[in-house]
Amino acid sequence: MNFFLAVLVGVFIGCGVYLLLSQSVIRMLLGLTVLGNGINLLIFTAGRLTREVAPIVPPGLDVPVGPIANPLPQALILTAIVISFAMFSFLLVLAFRAYQTLDADNTNTMRLAEPPGAPQPPLSY
Amino acid sequence: MAEPFSLMIGMTPASEWLVVLPLVLALMGSAFLLVLRRAPGAPAIAAMLVVIGIIVCEIALIARILREGPVSMTMGGWQPPFGISFTADLLGAGFALAAAIVALIVLVYAEAERDPGEGARDGFHALVLLLLGGVTGSFLTGDLFNLYVWFEVMLIASFGLLVLGGKPLQLDAAVKYGFLNIMAASFFLLALGLLHGLLGTLNMADIIGLAPGANPAAMTAVAALLMLAFAIKGAAFPVNAWLPASYHAPSAAVSALLGGLLTKVGVFALLRTMIVLLPGSYGLLQPLLATAAIASLILGPLGAIAETNLRRAIGFMLIGGIGAVLAGIAMPTPEGIAGAGLYIFHAIFTLTGLYLVAGMIERRTGQTDTRQMGGLYAASTPMSILFFLLVLAVAGVPPLLGFWPKLLLLQAATAGIEGGVDPARLLLMLALLGNAVLTLIAGTRIWAHVFWRGGWEGAGSEHQNAPLVTVPRRSSLLTFGATGALVVLVVAAGLWPNPLLDAARIGVADMIDPQRYIAAVELAGEAP
Repeated sequence: MNFFLAVLVGVFIGCGVYLLLSQSVIRMLLGLTVLGNGINLLIFTAGRLTREVAPIVPPGLDVPVGPIANPLPQALILTAIVISFAMFSFLLVLAFRAYQTLDADNTNTMRLAEPPGAPQPPLSY
Repeated sequence: MAEPFSLMIGMTPASEWLVVLPLVLALMGSAFLLVLRRAPGAPAIAAMLVVIGIIVCEIALIARILREGPVSMTMGGWQPPFGISFTADLLGAGFALAAAIVALIVLVYAEAERDPGEGARDGFHALVLLLLGGVTGSFLTGDLFNLYVWFEVMLIASFGLLVLGGKPLQLDAAVKYGFLNIMAASFFLLALGLLHGLLGTLNMADIIGLAPGANPAAMTAVAALLMLAFAIKGAAFPVNAWLPASYHAPSAAVSALLGGLLTKVGVFALLRTMIVLLPGSYGLLQPLLATAAIASLILGPLGAIAETNLRRAIGFMLIGGIGAVLAGIAMPTPEGIAGAGLYIFHAIFTLTGLYLVAGMIERRTGQTDTRQMGGLYAASTPMSILFFLLVLAVAGVPPLLGFWPKLLLLQAATAGIEGGVDPARLLLMLALLGNAVLTLIAGTRIWAHVFWRGGWEGAGSEHQNAPLVTVPRRSSLLTFGATGALVVLVVAAGLWPNPLLDAARIGVADMIDPQRYIAAVELAGEAP
């Protein structure tokens, strides 16, 4: 199981990087999402998968009985999902607004901040 | 075991809350300002009061750290390493204090830039407090995943600040800034996942103890990923492209805040992970760090020399400064780390100041391109003095704050030189000196172009003044007051550096020998 999940993590991250290398902003956004999902899956796999019971401590005891599923990766992933969803939404809106304003969704044509054909350095002094 | 499951017994003592109080203030203040956003004029005053409160808390925190050593507090009723810890050591708390002071100055400065009638509702003040919260959290946290969360808080706040106003230039800058910084965050998260799989913990104090026992090859991969992530955050040379593309786009106050705070958090996290948390893989990564340091040191100011946009040029100087911090991390002697720490402290103030003066220049000339500026000396001599002092401080000319960290770094590079010359250190030393010279050239050239020459580039007469915009008296008082206060701080700290040097020494001692840091966290099963 772990082996297949590890392969899947590799596929996700590979696809994410591939999409991020494209020039279209929307594809890059999709790439970020795929990459993020691959990383979440990696955290999940690295936290040791078990098919045991939920991590609930029975009443009256201090420690759970027997092996339990590791709750920490789930907490980490939940946080990471919330954060990356917020970032994704912001970037999606930003990309749309940039498309409206700049009339470009190709990073090669978005050159307002760094104009192509940079001016010569100041020559005096 | 007597206390098998690491639940905390009893309440956290009230005095412990001091560690998180600055954060609570910043986040609560930010939420409160959202409520206030319809009241004209109120958000600015409230935000300044909140930041003053944060500064008071942080001074109290630093006093306590000086008395008792690092302080820690753990959330959620679980003992560390299960609960999330906030651990403040002297370096972290000192940087948090510097960040809060800078935020206060920028808030005052922004009052001059912002039109009191309109734009009261865009959430600028709430975002500034949120950004300050993220920065403070990153400096004070004792847990790597928590550090990730604070990075993201910082990131989303900086997105908001970057696009305030919605000019096309800002949208373009925000796309680049956004994508590259989220990439960095993804790498960071990737490293955290692997680290958690390897060690089973993300608490910094716990990592220090467990890291030497883990598989060294895997730990090196984790350290390399963390290094990449923090290098992107800090805009070190090969991965710095987002910084010159974005920092000149927003208003001057915002770029001062971003330029002063964000990259410093990245390099501070790098300092902590490389030196304290994962020293096991340091040997392999050190050449890489040294190379990045040398490249940033030299190429940063070279970019500034070639640049015609004023604030972009300052962005390149900032990258050179990041190289100085990396040089300190690449020479992990006490002097080297103290130099890196002190350089971060100095850069928080000085780079903010430079961006603020750049904002004043741009307002006065109505231009962003240095080729179209000129003749400002006759119009405003005080402005030229402020700019010149800050340029000297960035280059590291003696009586100013920038000199002391560079001196420490040079000491680190020349230490033990009798026992044979280490080529890496020699190169680092040359790069540090070259950086000082090149930064001085870049800065004084900008100064000469903006202030000294009579008119814009190619203007015929020597006595021709470019048409200048008149700035209302209120805003010119505010900008000069805020920036002047910052420059006075830089000069005063440079003239009386002993308290800072002592503080750096104590902070570095805790980094090199983290026993007090670990003891403060009281990991479950070790402390009574």
